[in-house]
Amino acid sequence: MEQLVQKPLVAQSSNLKEPSPRASRRENHGLRDFHWRQRFREGAIHVFLAVNGYLAIVLIGLIFLFLFKEGFHALQTIKPMQWIGNKTLDFDGREVFSFVWQPLSNTPKYSLLPLLSGSFLVALPATFFSTLIGIGCGVYLAELASQRTREILKPIVELLAGIPTVVIGFLALSVLATLVQNFFHTHFRLNAFVGALGVSLVIIPVIASMTEDALRAVPNELREASYGLGATRWETLSKVILPAGVSGISASILLGMGRALGETMIVLMATGNAALFTGNIFSSVRTMTATIASELGSSAQGSEIYYALFFVGSVLFTITFFINLISEVVVERMRRRLRL
Amino acid sequence: MNTAAAIQSDPCKIEVKSLQYFYGKEQALFDVSMSIPDKQVTAIIGPSGCGKSTLIKAINRIGEISSDIRIKGDVLIDDASVYGKSVNLVELRRRVGMVFQKPNPFPKSILENVLFGPKLHGVSDRGRLEEIAENSLKKAALWNEVKDKLSKSAMELSGGQQQRLCIARALAVDPEVLLMDEPCSALDPIGTAKIEETIESLQSQYCIVIVTHNMQQAARVSRSTAFFMKGKIIEYDETEKIFTTPAEKLTEDYITGRFG
Repeated sequence: MEQLVQKPLVAQSSNLKEPSPRASRRENHGLRDFHWRQRFREGAIHVFLAVNGYLAIVLIGLIFLFLFKEGFHALQTIKPMQWIGNKTLDFDGREVFSFVWQPLSNTPKYSLLPLLSGSFLVALPATFFSTLIGIGCGVYLAELASQRTREILKPIVELLAGIPTVVIGFLALSVLATLVQNFFHTHFRLNAFVGALGVSLVIIPVIASMTEDALRAVPNELREASYGLGATRWETLSKVILPAGVSGISASILLGMGRALGETMIVLMATGNAALFTGNIFSSVRTMTATIASELGSSAQGSEIYYALFFVGSVLFTITFFINLISEVVVERMRRRLRL
Repeated sequence: MNTAAAIQSDPCKIEVKSLQYFYGKEQALFDVSMSIPDKQVTAIIGPSGCGKSTLIKAINRIGEISSDIRIKGDVLIDDASVYGKSVNLVELRRRVGMVFQKPNPFPKSILENVLFGPKLHGVSDRGRLEEIAENSLKKAALWNEVKDKLSKSAMELSGGQQQRLCIARALAVDPEVLLMDEPCSALDPIGTAKIEETIESLQSQYCIVIVTHNMQQAARVSRSTAFFMKGKIIEYDETEKIFTTPAEKLTEDYITGRFG
């Protein structure tokens, strides 16, 4: 009998929008307390989970605000042209327009171009290498490897992503740099190329793992359809599975590039840290991240360089934000196309 | 087992010879033998998990792409073993087309779907390709509905249209056998009726084997019917006889709905 009475009440309490009829409560005083308590508990759980859910958005918003607020200060004292380059005197006393980042010289120079070129000179080659290897690895894991091989290989690939970047930076600095110098006879031992190789080690697992996910999300029915029409393994892979998974794979590449631009420790250790505006991959460079990491700690809070570094941070944040945004859109498009 | 003289007298296309089929250690088919006649529809019915899908997937060897399988016995098409050492799987699957349980068009245009197979097998002449596309779509009774939107994505079609597109796609490589694995199980009654009409119009040209859950469907479309249970063939005879005067008690129980 007790249960029979309880049932409709439970049903009511789960439907919170409907105002609970007072009459039925008055009829059954013994159950009112239970009803109230259950409602409170449900509500509390809901609020707790919602707060956690929105926390990420709030945090990103706060970071965004702080970064741009501080970066904005820099715009008040440093003119837009100065972010590109400065008029300086060369050794013969002639006035030239140069692109240098020298925030601590007598006339501070804040050209962003050396930092941007440094960042992209590391991130683009790193993305390129890890795309080649990562996609190969992902395709192998998803389509060719046996169940057993996959079970062994996948955790190892993902383990690579878990190695502390300082360890990879150390490896790049000590081992890779020597190999690269011996092989290419480079002028600078530490250069963008060495940095790119180091950063690749971190991004390969990202691309490999996302590529594998994208390919495994391709419905098995499509494989059957293709084999059923007499396609070989390679034809099935190249004409059906890769085209179906192409958005996911592109998204993984973009995400990898976002990671590469944001990577700090490896580039700080392995690229030589000379802020040169150059397109030479074997030149020493300094990325935006390395600049912030190495200079912010030693600059006085509220000084011009302090705000300038925040401005660099805002630029970096904007770039990676848009890259990640595009990759999200691309993945969403694939989901819709495959009706997943 | 009761194989009627009528079925044996028709020219035989597919001969299943004491086939035993194992997924890993689990046996799915036990000593199945049946000869499937050419140019007519043969239905395979039976409760879930009775091995009917396994049987038709054994004919074009599609069962082995996703699972680890082992067989004993043999399947012959035109008296040649499909499990022989020198069998060319590409050629086998061109000759034996298949339509699956769930409509599975590629996420490409309607035209690309139909021409996927012909292009794979080396047809590149534009005129020839257009001709193949039109013929296949007409055979699958889809041409009138899609002729003005061939470049639209196949994913925009309804479920029933998608399934007929899959039939057109299978027909485009000019197969001799058409295997259909519960082709209507994901469709509504109208879509089902259209597929059945299509099957009816195709039966004089192809050897069609259809697996179905739906006994009325088997009764409507097929000339002969095989009843499977627990991986064994219980009865195989003309459809009319199976549904009116079955020889086996189990068959009668199944078709009258006593289990299944």
